[in-house]
Amino acid sequence: MSYANLRTLLPKNDILNFAVLALILVVVLPLSMDLFRLNLIGKYLTYSFVALGLVLCWGYGGILSLGQGVFFGLGGYAMAMFLKIEASSPENTAIQSTPGIPDFMDWNQLTELPWFWQPFHSLTFTVIAIIVIPSIFAYIIGVAMFKRRVGGVYFAIITQAVAAILTILIIGQQGYTGGVNGITDLRTLFGWDIRTNEAKYIFYFLCVFMLFLCLGVAQYVRKSKLGRLLVAMREMEDRVRFSGYDVANFKIFVFCLGSAFAAIGGAMFTLQVGFMSPTFVGIVPSIEMVIFCAVGGRLSIFGAVYGALLVNWAKSTFSESFPELWLFAMGALFIGVVMAFPDGLAGLYSKYGEPHVTRLLDRFTSSKSKTSGDSDLPPEMEAEGGNS
Amino acid sequence: MFADYTTSELMSIFAMQGFSGLILFSVFVLMALGLAIIFGQMGVINMAHGEFMILGAYVTYLTSNVFSEYMPALFGGYFFVAMILAFIAAGALGMLVEWAMIRHLYHRPLDTLLATWGLSLILQQLYRTIFGAREVGVTLPDWLMGSVQITDIIEVPINGIFVMTLAVGISVLIAALMYRSRWGIQVRSVVQNRPMAGAVGINTARVDRLTFGLGCGIAGVAGSAFTMIGSTGPTSGQLYIVDTFLVVVFGGAASLLGTIASAFTISQAQSTMEFFLSGSMAKVLTLLFVVFILMLRPQGLFSLKVRR
Amino acid sequence: MSSSNTDFVLAVEGLTVSFDGFKAVNDLSFYVDKNEIRVIVGPNGAGKTTVLDLICGRTKATEGSIKFRNKELTKMKEHQIVRAGVGRKFQTPSIYGDLTVFENLEISFPRGRSVFGALTFKRDAEVLQRVDEISRMIFLDELLHTRGDLLSHGQKQWLEIGMLLIQDPELLMLDEPVAGMSVSERRKTAELLRTITKDRSVIVIEHDMQFVAEIADKVTVLHQGKILAEGTAEHVKQDPKVIEVYLGH
Repeated sequence: MSYANLRTLLPKNDILNFAVLALILVVVLPLSMDLFRLNLIGKYLTYSFVALGLVLCWGYGGILSLGQGVFFGLGGYAMAMFLKIEASSPENTAIQSTPGIPDFMDWNQLTELPWFWQPFHSLTFTVIAIIVIPSIFAYIIGVAMFKRRVGGVYFAIITQAVAAILTILIIGQQGYTGGVNGITDLRTLFGWDIRTNEAKYIFYFLCVFMLFLCLGVAQYVRKSKLGRLLVAMREMEDRVRFSGYDVANFKIFVFCLGSAFAAIGGAMFTLQVGFMSPTFVGIVPSIEMVIFCAVGGRLSIFGAVYGALLVNWAKSTFSESFPELWLFAMGALFIGVVMAFPDGLAGLYSKYGEPHVTRLLDRFTSSKSKTSGDSDLPPEMEAEGGNS
Repeated sequence: MFADYTTSELMSIFAMQGFSGLILFSVFVLMALGLAIIFGQMGVINMAHGEFMILGAYVTYLTSNVFSEYMPALFGGYFFVAMILAFIAAGALGMLVEWAMIRHLYHRPLDTLLATWGLSLILQQLYRTIFGAREVGVTLPDWLMGSVQITDIIEVPINGIFVMTLAVGISVLIAALMYRSRWGIQVRSVVQNRPMAGAVGINTARVDRLTFGLGCGIAGVAGSAFTMIGSTGPTSGQLYIVDTFLVVVFGGAASLLGTIASAFTISQAQSTMEFFLSGSMAKVLTLLFVVFILMLRPQGLFSLKVRR
Repeated sequence: MSSSNTDFVLAVEGLTVSFDGFKAVNDLSFYVDKNEIRVIVGPNGAGKTTVLDLICGRTKATEGSIKFRNKELTKMKEHQIVRAGVGRKFQTPSIYGDLTVFENLEISFPRGRSVFGALTFKRDAEVLQRVDEISRMIFLDELLHTRGDLLSHGQKQWLEIGMLLIQDPELLMLDEPVAGMSVSERRKTAELLRTITKDRSVIVIEHDMQFVAEIADKVTVLHQGKILAEGTAEHVKQDPKVIEVYLGH
């Protein structure tokens, strides 16, 4: 890839954004926080995967899914099923009437592992399943809806219904899913105890690594023509269609991508928190994930991360000390962000912070880039109108 | 699954389940009517609709307390007073919300959805602070208690019949309002062509506010009726919101008749299946059925093919 | 319906569409030659825009056939029709306000139209050269990096025409291209139309009879979904039926 192409893909201010985020997540937080707090940050970061997917789907593509918890849950459950099978070895479960199956199955009079649990004996299958199963599910929903031109609020309501269906199903079928408690008491990964301090550090950094991987993919997508097409579709769908594009395919793609991100987040959640339950699947958590994205700025992939961190940090601080006030604050956040700050934190930053930063950056780099940089390439105008 | 029952037992089961389906139907209709007006006519998704309904339920609860405290002699009739108060309270709050919030978001339907979700959180916490987290119930007046025996197996509760009558009455009233009154014509003309309606002298902002208020007021009445068959908690409204939206979307958003027909289909399907399957599976199957149909026919059951 | 192959670029035969019983287009047949400029006129509600919607697949026909270079369009999806070589401009300028003029044109450039193609699309010399060429043609070469939102109404109309030109369609359909334009913009647009119609067929919907006379090879007058008259602008203007329903108002 040529220098010019790289510049388009990763403009100066985005390099800075990546660098600052990496500094915070890899250096500042691990050094300044005890393990308990860091583990909490890791948990919040798993939501930022979902918010990141929503930036692409909702912010860029204009597709608001109120069912992202479904994909977060599918990823999380896939991971949890693998760990649960390992935790339910015949030695560990010798006191059960049927040893060798998860405890909740035993309590519900199941005598053997159901067929859809069987493949989760394999870690390879599990890792593939974490990404592929939610993507296929999203693909099915996407094809059914977008090929028939269902969008906007209808899509939002239907995804919400899907979230409701899956929650009811998980809670209702407790013999197969662990019911309302979810899949708990996960212990080891190939005999390696996942509850130790060492494991927690490793999972935190794994989570940060995966997040940057997803951020990289998201950055590539939004800087490609597909990113500009999404913006174009959001505004003038018919014009895109009558420029020879099959609009539905692009929506399906971005919805699947967002779902895969969410599922990775879910798997990271299970690893770090040690359980998965329907509380993270249903209508309420799904819509809360939207607010993480909205607070960060629906057009900013970095904003998604900061939004998820900030809202969750506020949530745990508030609900520790003033549990009553939290719902008021959350409600006010929904209303305030939508009515007063539709571009969220990123919008505020690009209005008040970024001009100064850019000036500073230019001062530092101007001497070098004058000689080599300016080609006949058109300047990369920000497709989304100044946010990054 | 039918093998354990005799034919006459089966018939009775279907009749009883059909009836309890009718009660569910009444609740759906009452809730969905308000939503159908707001969503169908204005295109606004009001996620706080359930909370407006619960407001009506709490107003009814308060009224019944006031009556039993100060006017026990008139207790038999408190419900009618409560219903009117519920309509006024929910309607007034609705108009306030429209003025403060909704009118700024008319061109951003998805944002309206999120903002009203925020409103619903605030209202829920407000109810919890004022009325406590526990569910409250009202005492039914004597004439609503008991049931009517139809055959030796089939009996139907009077409060159920009352709620059904109410649902039918209010539907007729709304239909008359929308299709016969001058105001209904104004609402529909604003929906169809806002600039034109404004140009012929209709105060479109006022029509919007009243429409939203009416939709919320009907939700209040629905909540009032809801107290007749169940108890009320701060989050009771949220339980119904997705179902109700599906009812409205399933029926074809702009059609009142469609809303009623789809409320009937969904409630009957759910309550009939509930007897044979667990409650949760019945609900899953019903929702799946609705989502599936919507994928086949996204414009809903009742909608016209129009020129774009 | 008859399915004979013809030499026409576009052959519309027996086309009918009904919306709940109302026939917006009723048993319509007409043919457009290679390199012909056809103007469709008619009073409001005559079905002009609906005809364009039918050809480009936005509305599905109830009956009849539309053949473009002997390919049946009625069964095809919108994007397939576009890829076959039919471009369509909407009545209100439809451009992407959040994107720059350059990006508007680039998106319309006919390459990388699949998901994978869009992900791997590169701004190479060919794209830059073509965008440059088209932007000069539509008088926007100075404004390449201006956001679409900030253009004037006339400039938006030109941009949308440019977005079609970059696809080099064989049949171009323009719905009221000069509506809402100033006199000087109108003149420039007429000039633009003359240059772009050199080697393609064009269907234009227009109200302004003077403008029509200036550009049309042949005029089709629609009334209540049917053809009232067809011929040269002069011929049509003299037709008593046309004078009655259209010019008479």
